[in-house]
Amino acid sequence: MAERPAHEYTGFLGWVEDRFPLMETWNKHLAQYYAPKNFNFWYYFGSLAMLVLAIQIFSGLFLAFHYKPDADLAFASVEYIMRDVPGGWFIRYMHSTGASAFFIVVYLHMFRAMIYGSYKGKRELLWLIGMLIYVALMATAFMGYLLPWGQMSYWGAQVIVNLFNTVPYIGNDLSVWLRGDYVLGDAALNRFFALHFFVPVIVLPALVFVHIVALHAVGSNNPDGVEIKKGPKGNRWAPDAPTDGIPFHPYYTVKDILGVAVFLLIFFAILFFTPEMGGYFIEQPNFEPANPLKTPLHIAPVWYFTPFYTVLRAVPDPWWGTVAMFAAIIVLFLLPWLDKNPIKSWRYRNPAHKINLLLFAVVFLVLGWMGVEAVTTVYKELGTRMTQIYFLFFVVLWLHSYPAKVNYKKWFGILLGIVVVYDLVFRLNLGDGAATTQMLLQFIWPVIYLAATLLLPAFVPSFNQEKPVPERVTG
Amino acid sequence: MKKFITSMVLALAMAVPAVGFASEVIKVEKANIDLHNKQSLQRGAKYFVNYCMGCHSLSMSRYNRVATDLGLTPEQVQKNLIFTRTDGELAKVGELMKNGMTAKYGAEAFGNAPPDLSLEGRLRGADWIYTFLKSFYKDPTRPLGVNNTLFANVGMPHILWELQGMQELQHAEAPAEGAHAAANAHAEPKLVLSQPGKLSPTEYDRMVLDITNFLVYVSEPGKLHRQAVGIWVVLFLLIFIVVAYFLKKEYWKDVH
Repeated sequence: MAERPAHEYTGFLGWVEDRFPLMETWNKHLAQYYAPKNFNFWYYFGSLAMLVLAIQIFSGLFLAFHYKPDADLAFASVEYIMRDVPGGWFIRYMHSTGASAFFIVVYLHMFRAMIYGSYKGKRELLWLIGMLIYVALMATAFMGYLLPWGQMSYWGAQVIVNLFNTVPYIGNDLSVWLRGDYVLGDAALNRFFALHFFVPVIVLPALVFVHIVALHAVGSNNPDGVEIKKGPKGNRWAPDAPTDGIPFHPYYTVKDILGVAVFLLIFFAILFFTPEMGGYFIEQPNFEPANPLKTPLHIAPVWYFTPFYTVLRAVPDPWWGTVAMFAAIIVLFLLPWLDKNPIKSWRYRNPAHKINLLLFAVVFLVLGWMGVEAVTTVYKELGTRMTQIYFLFFVVLWLHSYPAKVNYKKWFGILLGIVVVYDLVFRLNLGDGAATTQMLLQFIWPVIYLAATLLLPAFVPSFNQEKPVPERVTG
Repeated sequence: MKKFITSMVLALAMAVPAVGFASEVIKVEKANIDLHNKQSLQRGAKYFVNYCMGCHSLSMSRYNRVATDLGLTPEQVQKNLIFTRTDGELAKVGELMKNGMTAKYGAEAFGNAPPDLSLEGRLRGADWIYTFLKSFYKDPTRPLGVNNTLFANVGMPHILWELQGMQELQHAEAPAEGAHAAANAHAEPKLVLSQPGKLSPTEYDRMVLDITNFLVYVSEPGKLHRQAVGIWVVLFLLIFIVVAYFLKKEYWKDVH
């Protein structure tokens, strides 16, 4: 057995430390974990995500004290919590606001990783674990949304579970197996409740733990994308610690307290003054109990799923739509292998890459917007075009890995050609004049996107110009 | 190219409002409810238990909670607001506001069982309820002789007709020639009071507003306190942010 490192703790702490690595762990992960000193606004969201996870677990525990996972009782038990349980409305709104807050925080956290290349430099596994957290989070949110047993709960779950119906050969059996019944009902509600407790309470914290272990093994990235561990060593805390690193505790703990306070201000302002958030955090149709015989006119999932819902609807064939939707999530796992550019931060990448990331953010938002709207000819086409751009983004990201070598004009032609061929082969229906007109008009979106990310750097050299990465972090 | 972009922007600009208005054929009237007007809520509760509760339950609400929130004593509620029975006995104040109508009977009588209205205020909103109660009109083609402009072919009778009187739907005049034709074509059919009731239109509007106010209250009783609590939470956090900011600044003095 390896020798435990010597320590100087005395008294009770010393007694504990002899038997359990209490201070050793504290030091390793907080007091002597050296984080880059130049974290900015984008670096609040990791700790905030952990805060929201804690809020969700504890508010969820108190909800579970009073909630009844029974198709006949579930809806009324939620209202019982809202009315008869002392402080129940507060706990319930914590949980419903927390669900949306979780996704806001996680989306910002993920976008941070994209702009500063935080999945590079032996951080591929860190990114993959993070993506697993994201998938587990989506599964949790999806199952939790069924529990109030309102109309939107029911029909939203109906749409998603029916996606498994589209799987060739085994689809029907698969969806029956998932539901535990031929229809969505009590059996599904009961198991969704069990899973909604199991996944976030057991699986999510375990994944978060592994995520942090991986992070602390490779070290945090930063807005400059410079590895501080490689830089000069020695600071006033330790001679072998990175010069540009500061102990996480107390520096980032006090900074995160400020971030937490600002976050809570927004969180509680929503919770107390507009918990429904205009129908986005709590949807109005969910105030009607689930009715399997009455399909709502307009089924929209909660906002955090709508980008992927638009991808699903963009492909008319149900099976391929489902494939596209899952592909839209899976492709995110591949980021570290698509973006091979050695420069991490967008600060030093070429401007075309920055445009690519910004347009991706815009496209993601438009996809989300399309997912809450009822389908019209214009919106359907817009959703389809945004879906195309969503997938093009990953190819363009790969091309921007080699700004000096890549033939932008050739790739502009190839990618636009793929869009045209896809449109002609799979989408063109001359019988539908309005749709065809929209298809032609909105062809402008992929053209603009590809022109901005591929033609601009081809014709304007400054848009393809990368900047030298500094030796040490700036600021 | 320029022309192409212009036409596309135009197409989008024209398509968007068309989508927005297509679903809203009937204009919904604004209901200026005030959840903190206890007298209005008390009147609304009185009207509700007298006129509505025979068919519509408030099965998620308790009589004594209503009493507390509306500033009434349990005795007042027991004496004035409780007409429903549980197992043959008058309901107690601690009970849920259920009624005797079964879903089966309701469906047989009206086509659809009258829904529980505990959450109607959140499901439909104040403006919808207010407008709905004002939009009944005489329609001999319907089984119960009335229809509703907001909720076409509604199964509900105009339960307040003795008070409001009866309205009739007047369609716009046949479009005249010339410039006015287009304007008239868009004119909505009007509801006209053809047979006055016991209340004047102003009194009826106030009554409907009270019912609306009560239904919105009952859909989320916690709303009465949640905003009051929220102000203190927000004020506390604002002060805490200032403290946290200076704490951070103090610690970070030695980071260069």
